[in-house]
This record gives sequence, structure tokens and C-alpha cells, in this order.
Amino acid sequence: MQTSISVEQIRKDFPILQRKVRNNKSLVYLDNAATAQKPIQVINAITDFYTNHNSNIHRAVHALAEESTEAYEMTRDKVAQFLNIKDRQEIIFVRGTTEAINLVAYAWGRQNIREGDIVVTTEYEHHSNIVPWQLLTQEKRAKLEYIGVDDDGQLILDQLDNYLATGKVKLVAVSQMSNVLGTISDVSEIIKRCKKAGARVLIDGAQSVPHMKVDVDGLGCDFFAFSAHKMLGPTGVGVLWAKKELLENMVPFHGGGDMIREVHKYETTWNDLPYKFEAGTPNIADVIGFAAAIDYLNNLGMDYVREHEVELTKYALEKLSAVKGIKLYGTKDISKRGGVISFNFADIHPHDLATIIDEDGIAIRSGHHCAQVLMERLDVAATSRASFYIYNTKDEIDALINSLSRAARLFKL
Amino acid sequence: MSSNADIYHEMIVEYSRHPINFGKIENADITYHDSNPLCGDSIDIFMNIADNKISDIKFNGRGCAICMACSSVLTEIAKGKSIEDVRKIQKNDVLGELGLENLQAVRIKCALLSLKVLKYGLYSYLANKLKDANADALKQEASSLY
Repeated sequence: MQTSISVEQIRKDFPILQRKVRNNKSLVYLDNAATAQKPIQVINAITDFYTNHNSNIHRAVHALAEESTEAYEMTRDKVAQFLNIKDRQEIIFVRGTTEAINLVAYAWGRQNIREGDIVVTTEYEHHSNIVPWQLLTQEKRAKLEYIGVDDDGQLILDQLDNYLATGKVKLVAVSQMSNVLGTISDVSEIIKRCKKAGARVLIDGAQSVPHMKVDVDGLGCDFFAFSAHKMLGPTGVGVLWAKKELLENMVPFHGGGDMIREVHKYETTWNDLPYKFEAGTPNIADVIGFAAAIDYLNNLGMDYVREHEVELTKYALEKLSAVKGIKLYGTKDISKRGGVISFNFADIHPHDLATIIDEDGIAIRSGHHCAQVLMERLDVAATSRASFYIYNTKDEIDALINSLSRAARLFKL
Repeated sequence: MSSNADIYHEMIVEYSRHPINFGKIENADITYHDSNPLCGDSIDIFMNIADNKISDIKFNGRGCAICMACSSVLTEIAKGKSIEDVRKIQKNDVLGELGLENLQAVRIKCALLSLKVLKYGLYSYLANKLKDANADALKQEASSLY
């Protein structure tokens, strides 16, 4: 749906944006790649659940259980519609992207990766898309290989071809958008090449799903993972999508309640999908809150979200480039990047910079961003990172630029 | 402290640009390394011991201005002191030199990383080389700094 909603109207939906921080400074929240703020609609949905409907789901027959189950399952339908997923049984609620990837590494990887096989990831992955594969390949004496990143922040796909040519690649795990460089990976091309070589593909959508239209069915990957909390939803909720044939052949990740069909003393049969992978009482309230987040984004339209961020990113890149001493990382080609900008400022350490800027009420991130492999590639200990979302404005970017000049004065640049 | 930005006074900035006792000591009597997993600050400390004194000390690594300044101050305090005196160095001895006693919790680990490394390094020397029965107290102190 195309919208004519203004940023000012959007901001009114986010109570936290009204608050003051530090010395009575208006909050400028530019740490959206870490987590997004929550609109009142999401907060209300969670409050409403606990106030009026709280119950466990799926088993009890009483009224509250029926309402809770219905609301919980409705979120699954909304996720399916939001990402163009044809079969709701392929949607598994987990704690977040990290758990989703670990689920694949455990429940698929341990059955399908053997000694000598290759798992491929990239140099710009988050630790959550590296460490599970290290654990798996070490256990199986398989090999972990990396697609390199060029000086423009793009993946060097020739390297993927070389790995695929060995015939040993079983899985390629790649993020659709880098949480440091903002690079949007050409996942369609990657999936095409992998399919030709018979390799499975996992896409980490933690940074892409909140910021652009994603068509999971159209992509043709095998696994897709993302988190609710980076897309206006609550923490502690994420989704793993996988093709049904894969899920049916995978072993369960966790054993316990809800994932079973019949339990006997020495054997158990599994419940149908997706419940086979949702052992124990799930995060019911937050899954229900997540539906409100999807509604909010649908109301804006993902094209609008992307356009808004493209405009902000363009403006921020232009302003930052003009500051003497700023080093920007990643491509300048706006069509190939999202609203995440990593930078360094002369010899000021990112932690010092973030502390100084915080004094002006501006929240940016500093550090390695859970991407130490990429930090090594860039040959830096850390970067500062500003990342945008639907409620950010050009005025806030101007505030960041002003604050940078204060840091420059303190450090006598 | 009224303002976090107050911590970036002349001395801190100066130390971060021109750290004291920065570098390596080849074949030092004590070498120890640690890092802060959350921020990536990384410090190595090298010490030579002669006549029960810290005859030389250097630090190496990457860190923010707070980390660099506190490492400089710490090595200045420790240099030439007896092992017994260095054992007694407390966090406020370092923080006080730079007016950082009220540093916010999230940055305190930047300030105290080098003290932690020094205490662990001294512990391993005392425990392994001198078989000092009281060395464990130092290890305890190091692990409870932050």
C-alpha cells in the first residue's frame, strides 16, 4: 500500500522518541541495525495479551487458550503473507536469527555435512552466521570457506565459483544485507549459482527483511532466517523458514512438550510441522506483538520504507563525506546498500566518539558489530556505525554532523 | 561527574596520542595478554623483574583513548616499584590520576583492562616461577576488577 504518512506522524507512534536523555537532550536514535524502537501498536498488543488473553497455547480447551492460540497462529499467517511464503507449515518461530541458524546447523547440518564437505560463508557475516558453521565443520572435519569482500564492500563471487567447482560444497550461508557495510548481497545470483552446483543456500535476512521487500518464495533458497526485533517487533522472536521436504527429514532441535505426537517410554514420534521444531511454551506474547509490527510495516509499505532510507542514506553519505577526517566503509552506490553507514573519524577511537556523541543524546554504535572477520579484512579494530529506520530524519543526521565537530574540537583535530 | 564528555580532557587526549611506555620488550620476564570481548580493546603487558622490582614495563595493543591513557598511567605507576608495591595497586590509583573515578559502568572496562592484564601477569609469574603461596589472591583481584 502506498502511503502519504509523514515522518512526523510516524514519530508520534514511538513513545520512546519523545524522551530526553543525558542532559535533557532529545533522543536521536541511530542504532537501528542493532534493534529498532517499538511503535505504540506493538506495545499495546503485548499489554493487551497479558491484560486480557494470557494463556498457554495449543492444548487447553478454555476460552483464553483458544484466543491465545488463534492470535499466535495468526502471526504465522502474517509472516507468510509478508514474505510471500506459500506454506505456513514452513514457518518456525524461534528466539531470533541466531537460534534459527543454530537450528539449521544442528538439525540439518549434523545429518548432511560429512568429512571433507565444504560450508561456505562470507567475510561480512555476523558472528551468528560464522560460529555455528565453525562448530559444525569442526565436529564433522568439514571445511569452512569464505567469500571475500572487495574494496567496494561487495562479495567476490568468483571465489564462490571456485568453491562450487570442487563439487564439495553442501551449504552456502550468506546474509542478504551486511550489518556493518550495509551492502545488499546479490542473493538471487548466489542462489542461481549454488543451485546449478547442487549446494543448499541459507539466507540471513536479519538486516534485509526490516528494510526492503523480500520474496522468499521467489528467491528459491533453502533456509531463510530473520528476527522480529529489528523490524519494530519485540525481542526474543525470530523466524526460520525452510523448505518442507528439508524440515520433514531433519531431526528435532529441542525435545520437549508440543513437538511430539506420541511419547512412550523409549520412543517418541514427532508432531507435524512446524510444531516439531517449537518445543516448550513459546514466546507467545511477543509473537503476538510481532503481528502488530508486521501490520505497521504493511501499512507503510516496504517500498516506502526502502525509499525513505535511501533518501536518508544518500543525505548522510553526502554530509559525512564533507567532514574532514571521515573514512567511510562500503559502496557509494546507493542501489547496492541499505541504511547502515560504518565510518571512522581521524584517529578517534569509535568508543570515544560514541561516548562524546552520546552526550548530545545521539545513539550510534561503536565496536566490531559482531563482525570481527570483517574488521580484520578492513584492518580496523572497530568502526562507528549509524543506521536508520522509518522514524529518522535529515535533522537527526545534521545533529550527528554537529556532534562530530564537537568531538573534533575535543580531540584537537 | 556532570558530563561524560568531561572525561576527554587534555591529559587523556594527550596520552592517547602519545602513550607512555608503549611498545614491546623482547624476552620479557612476564608477558600477558587479554582483551575485552565486547569492544575489542586488546592489551599486552611486558615486564622485566630485577631485585624484586619492576625494572622495565611496556604495554602494546589497540584501544580507545581511555584504555590508552590508563595503560600509560598504570605503567608509569608500576615502573621501578617493588613487586609488593605493584601488587597493592588499586583501581582508584589509576582512575584517580586521570579524574575517572566516576566513569560510567560501560566504559570502566576500557580503563581497567591494563590493570587486569598486569595483575594476571604478575600472578602467573608469582605462582609459576616463585611458587608464591599467596599468588591466588592476586588472581582473585584481577578477575573481580570488572
